Amino acid sequence: MSLLHLAIVLPFLAAVFIPFLFKGLKSIHTGWFVLLVPLFLFIYFIQYLPVTGDGETVTKTFEWIPSLGINFIAHVDGLGLLFAMLITGIGALVVLYSIYYLAKEKEALHNFYVYLLMFMGAMLGVVLSDNLIVLYMFWEFTSISSFLLIGYWYDRERSRYGAQKSMLITVFGGLSMLGGIVLLYLMGGTFSIQELIGLSDVLITDPLFVPALLLILLGAFTKSAQFPFHIWLPDAMEAPTPVSAYLHSATMVKAGIYLVARMSPVFAESGLWLWLVAGFGIFTLFWGSFNAVKQTDLKALLAYSTISQLGLIMSLLGVGAAALHYDYLDDNIYMIATIAAVFHLINHATFKGSLFMMAGIVDHETGTRDIRKLGGLVNLMPITFTIAIIGSFSMAGLPPFNGFLSKEMFLTGMLSVLELDLFNLSTWGVLFPVIAWIASVFTFVYSIKLVFKTFLGKPQFDKLPKKPHEAPIGMLISPLVLITLVVVFGFFPNLLSNSLIKPAVEAILPSLVESGQEVDVHIYFWHGFQPELFMTLGIILFGIVLYSTLAKWQGVYNRIPERFTLNGLYDRGLSGSESGGYRLTSGVMTGFMRTYLVYIFSFFVAILMSTLIIKQGFVYDTSGLAAIKSYEVILALVLVAGAVTILFAKSRLTSIVALGVVGYSVALFFVLFRAPDLALTQLVIETVTVALFLLCFYHLPEISRKEERMRFRFGNAVLSVLVGITITLIAMSAFSQRSSESISQYHIDNVYELAAGGNMVNVILVDFRGFDTLFEICVLGVAALGIYAMIRYRSARSENE
Amino acid sequence: MRKTNDLILQTVTKVISFIIILFSIHLFFAGHYTPGGGFIGGLMTAAALVLLLLAYDIKTLDNILPFDYKLMTAAGLLIAVLTAAGSLLFNVPFFTHAYDYFDLPLLGETSLHTAVLFDIGVYMVVIGITMTIIQTIGESE
Repeated sequence: MSLLHLAIVLPFLAAVFIPFLFKGLKSIHTGWFVLLVPLFLFIYFIQYLPVTGDGETVTKTFEWIPSLGINFIAHVDGLGLLFAMLITGIGALVVLYSIYYLAKEKEALHNFYVYLLMFMGAMLGVVLSDNLIVLYMFWEFTSISSFLLIGYWYDRERSRYGAQKSMLITVFGGLSMLGGIVLLYLMGGTFSIQELIGLSDVLITDPLFVPALLLILLGAFTKSAQFPFHIWLPDAMEAPTPVSAYLHSATMVKAGIYLVARMSPVFAESGLWLWLVAGFGIFTLFWGSFNAVKQTDLKALLAYSTISQLGLIMSLLGVGAAALHYDYLDDNIYMIATIAAVFHLINHATFKGSLFMMAGIVDHETGTRDIRKLGGLVNLMPITFTIAIIGSFSMAGLPPFNGFLSKEMFLTGMLSVLELDLFNLSTWGVLFPVIAWIASVFTFVYSIKLVFKTFLGKPQFDKLPKKPHEAPIGMLISPLVLITLVVVFGFFPNLLSNSLIKPAVEAILPSLVESGQEVDVHIYFWHGFQPELFMTLGIILFGIVLYSTLAKWQGVYNRIPERFTLNGLYDRGLSGSESGGYRLTSGVMTGFMRTYLVYIFSFFVAILMSTLIIKQGFVYDTSGLAAIKSYEVILALVLVAGAVTILFAKSRLTSIVALGVVGYSVALFFVLFRAPDLALTQLVIETVTVALFLLCFYHLPEISRKEERMRFRFGNAVLSVLVGITITLIAMSAFSQRSSESISQYHIDNVYELAAGGNMVNVILVDFRGFDTLFEICVLGVAALGIYAMIRYRSARSENE
Repeated sequence: MRKTNDLILQTVTKVISFIIILFSIHLFFAGHYTPGGGFIGGLMTAAALVLLLLAYDIKTLDNILPFDYKLMTAAGLLIAVLTAAGSLLFNVPFFTHAYDYFDLPLLGETSLHTAVLFDIGVYMVVIGITMTIIQTIGESE
């Protein structure tokens, strides 16, 4: 196990000590100890920057289950390192923020930090694992720890609802991803992503390629809250704000983005991948931004905004996949989409993290997150306001912040779709820039709404539960650091170009790098008068118009009734499947033995009859039959008469006697067919059985002893006749086609020679096949003890009562 | 309840039951060569005991034959298993029987067969379970 492996599992190891620190050192906020972990890891990962900057990768293998090809392979390349830096860097800031956000007296901090560290380790494992099974393991770890964190305030109903919802959706996606992984293994014979990338030309011709692609994408879409799986994210806002800032803006929701980026080299040759990723991404972008505008809760607004921005990144990754098809071009314009995706990924993590922290501060200091109650906080909370306005403007894509740069590149990427001439993009591709532009307008509207409604406008402090004031400095440090990064990346975007973005792009598009294409990341502030600049101007213009007329067109949101929203569908689907499952079981499991017997016999008939018919097994051959003698016929008639009497007898006593008749006729049959041992035993046993039946009859309660004919049920009659026919047909067929000679000649020959006996039946019972007899007498012993226990323990119990 | 006089039944039982038991022993020993054996012999012996039960009552039978029939079942099972396992001592597979001819006093030359031991186990188990069941049901009201 190398140092790199230790770094990945360090959060898990540290989590073990958290409860002891919490109980042992009560005076110090546990978060301070936790803070050391991401800080240390961040510093540790910085040293890999020069390595990946040179295009090198680091791979360390730790053998886990080598016989199954499952090894913990840590693989650091540009993409993994970018995510690792985000996870540890923002992780450190979030832990710092949470120290001031969560009071050490009131909260169960040991739970919180254990979950958070579990999550951090799991996330590092996802982004740094090369083995798909190990990646899946960490992937589910993120789902579980996210579930625990959302349900952190488990006494609240909404928290439990949100946790359950996110669990169901992400685990659904995770499991389908596992299916995709297994399919990939079947196709490629390896779990290693790097080896699969090398095999991508072979994989695309495999019939399992499309199912694997769909399943993997399903996993990525559910995790990254893409349409229509985005519904869990707004409900996950019941988590504490540090969790929302960390998991649901900066890291976990980007696990799906990571997966798409990571698997791009494997799948991106396919047009289906391009269409699905770009299409779902762009629609999510629009849907998220459209819905964000109507939200009145700060965190819900940010949640929809996150959904929308994730869609933006996703669509860029999809369009970026087109770059693979143009590797002969000198100036690969589609590569800009991938560069924009990576750049926006970083930008989104910075401004969304700070905005969530801002929302948390507002919540913490005023007691509410409802936009309708807030307003006019600018004078009371100037620092928070600064954070909010920079974050929002960056989110809206306004200069001079980093969001502007990535939004410009996004528009460039979308416009480049127009020039694509593959996979029918030339006809429908025009939709991409149009939807992107509309969505950007809505993005502008909700960004403005976020700031203006919260901090500007009329103060209405009487509606607030608390008297608002500026947050303590400790709570402001983390958002300030992030917002500084927003500004710094805005002014000096090329700080990141060679160290982070270029290696990440090379990792997403490795085949381009192999073909000698130079990844040239140079982010310009000023493009000149390009179409995207005019688009941005249009966004601002239309955004302002839409925002000022918000009150007039807000009614459009109420047009869709709650039942037909995706949430309504989810809720009804969940309760529907519960009640449907209940109805199914209560319909099938009636609790009546007779129903189950009907099931058993129906299946018996259906299976045997269909086998007989399909295999054409019915044969009737009379050659082996013996001649029928008259007394056999008479005895058979007696037996049938007895059996029929049982069915139609009025009283139970008659039935019992008729059963005796059947038994004694069978004994007589044994006599006729020369089986004296059987006849003896049958006579005695039949006597005992009839005596026991009479005993039962004697003890029946009065009401059931009244004479009553068995009721006729047509279904039962048909079924019993069918069972009889089935058995008869099978018996006849079996008799007509014996496959081998009987072994009885051996017994006849050897009964005296080997076993010194004359009664062959008895010799078989005690000697040739004595084993059977041994356990049959065991059965008898158990039956006797069972009867003894049932009767004695019943009376012992009734005496006690 | 009126006390009935079942003198005839009791007297007949005294004679008949011995005959039945003798017949059952005959069935048991004859089993290896003619119809019969441990199972039917055991049932027949149990029938004689049931006849005693019918003529007298449970307590009387208990005084005449103070057996714990559950123990008898267990002993029968033990004999059967030990007979089967005994073959392991002679390095032959489980459940291998052996027989030979011996010149016994009184009986003269007789063949002795370990299968008879096994049959004794069966015999005891059958008597034991039949009597356990009948006694248990009879004693419960």
